[in-house]
Amino acid sequence: MTVDSRTRLLLAALVALILTVLPLPRWLDVFRPAFLVLTVLYWSVNAPRAGGLAIGFFAGLMLDVFQGPVLGEHALALSLITYIAVREHQRIRSKPAIQQALIVFAALILYEVVLFMIDGWTGHPVTSPLRFVHTLSGALIWPPAAAILSYGAGHRL
Amino acid sequence: MAAFGTGAARPLSGRGGSPGFRFTLYALLSLIMMYLDQRAHYLEQVRYVLQAAAYPLQLALNSPPAAWRWLQESFRSREALQAENARLRSSARDLQLRAMRYEALARENGELRGLREALPPVADRWLAAEIVNIQLSTLRQRLLLNRGAANGVFKGQAVLDDKGLIGQTTHVGPWSAEVILITDPEHAVPVLVERTGLRTIAVGAGDSTSLALPYLPGNADIRSGDLLVSSGLGGVFPEGYPVARVTEVHRDAVQPLAQVRAAPLAHVDSDSEVMLVWFRADHPAAPAPSASLGGELRSGNPAMQPQPAAPKSHAPTQSAPAAPAAPGSAPHSEPAPHGEPAPHGEPAPRSEPAPRSEPAPHEPASPLPAQETASAPSKAPPASARAIETAPNGTAARGQDPQ
Repeated sequence: MTVDSRTRLLLAALVALILTVLPLPRWLDVFRPAFLVLTVLYWSVNAPRAGGLAIGFFAGLMLDVFQGPVLGEHALALSLITYIAVREHQRIRSKPAIQQALIVFAALILYEVVLFMIDGWTGHPVTSPLRFVHTLSGALIWPPAAAILSYGAGHRL
Repeated sequence: MAAFGTGAARPLSGRGGSPGFRFTLYALLSLIMMYLDQRAHYLEQVRYVLQAAAYPLQLALNSPPAAWRWLQESFRSREALQAENARLRSSARDLQLRAMRYEALARENGELRGLREALPPVADRWLAAEIVNIQLSTLRQRLLLNRGAANGVFKGQAVLDDKGLIGQTTHVGPWSAEVILITDPEHAVPVLVERTGLRTIAVGAGDSTSLALPYLPGNADIRSGDLLVSSGLGGVFPEGYPVARVTEVHRDAVQPLAQVRAAPLAHVDSDSEVMLVWFRADHPAAPAPSASLGGELRSGNPAMQPQPAAPKSHAPTQSAPAAPAAPGSAPHSEPAPHGEPAPHGEPAPRSEPAPRSEPAPHEPASPLPAQETASAPSKAPPASARAIETAPNGTAARGQDPQ
């Protein structure tokens, strides 16, 4: 079970990373959900044993390489929300999809706020409110994304 | 990714203090990494390796559009190719003529400036690079190029296209390099208003079609249609390359500063190839060599940082020797290794309005008489500006920053 789930996890993370860095037109780019963050959240809620914090940290590191001004920025933000998701995974898992989406919305806002603060401290301030738009689209896409990720994964791991 | 194993082998991580402990560990690791990357720049090697690891993925992402372009290219009709060939030939002829005139003007300018020799071009070497990936969001405007340290690319290198300045490299991997565009909100480029010699800083506005000039006083002599060229301060870009054209000047009586917008001349959206440039260090128009450049983009807004000193005055050293060799050593005597056109093909519009008395195409706002009168006094300010630029550091820094 572990090998199987881990390869599936890595595959999902790779696809999510590709979706994250895929070039998109500007107007669409603002709405692009943080696919990798959503995937990591899904796996930490539904299979906290298969990776959890380590996945969060390394996924964040990949994001840093692709789009971070400072190495460790996304890693910190993503390990923070991964930690919360792993800790509360039983409570989150038992909620219906709509409530899960609300929790994901809160987690994404926390993630973006952490990034925003680190951006400010390290001298790369981006104060445009557009940077928070993706939290909303991420929450909206959560129910279908969770359904896709759970498809073929059998059931609880 | 060996950590996956340790993560999975642990007992259920939802129980006990394990996740909290590990979170603390990872958070500390992230903080240390951020500190090292931000303050001490120790992580360039790590970034180098990570960027090399990420490159195949980025290349794969670029392959569908690249394949599409290749297909389009290979199925083009003979007529289309012939038409393009004819167009290119005529434009090459045009450029050659302009280059010839430019050489004469450069020589004359060199003599007028007391250098008594025709200067070689500022650019020493050119390298064409393909754009592999492009990010044009409000927050980040970056390119990924398919050239890296293996090709001699270095951090903080100027990137141009045939129309103007594009940006500079920020992170260099072994086979790839990331470029920050001049329109990125974190980027600032020192510029000079070509018409008046007024120097200021153009900051990216987070939009691929505009730059902001936030440090101009309300009474600054600038108007829509003015050409902005790089001023050579700042130590990255050479002097005199076209950067942008002013599109909008907004003066408000209650605001001490004018709100000025400019449109960059480079077409990042439509380019698929850009040029990396190596500059001749001893050229007067070359950017000042500065060791402190490495951290410029990393710590704070570059616009707020002290700019490196102006290029040193070369007049005493260069005027004495090599004076008789002047006519023979035309600017093209130094061969560009890649057979690229001379780098000064583009600044020609700068000298365009002076010899011809017809209105220049890029100053539509000014009527003909105003153009005539403006072109005469415009000779004086650049000369004085240059005097400031070649003066010792103190005056240059004061003259440069209007704040």
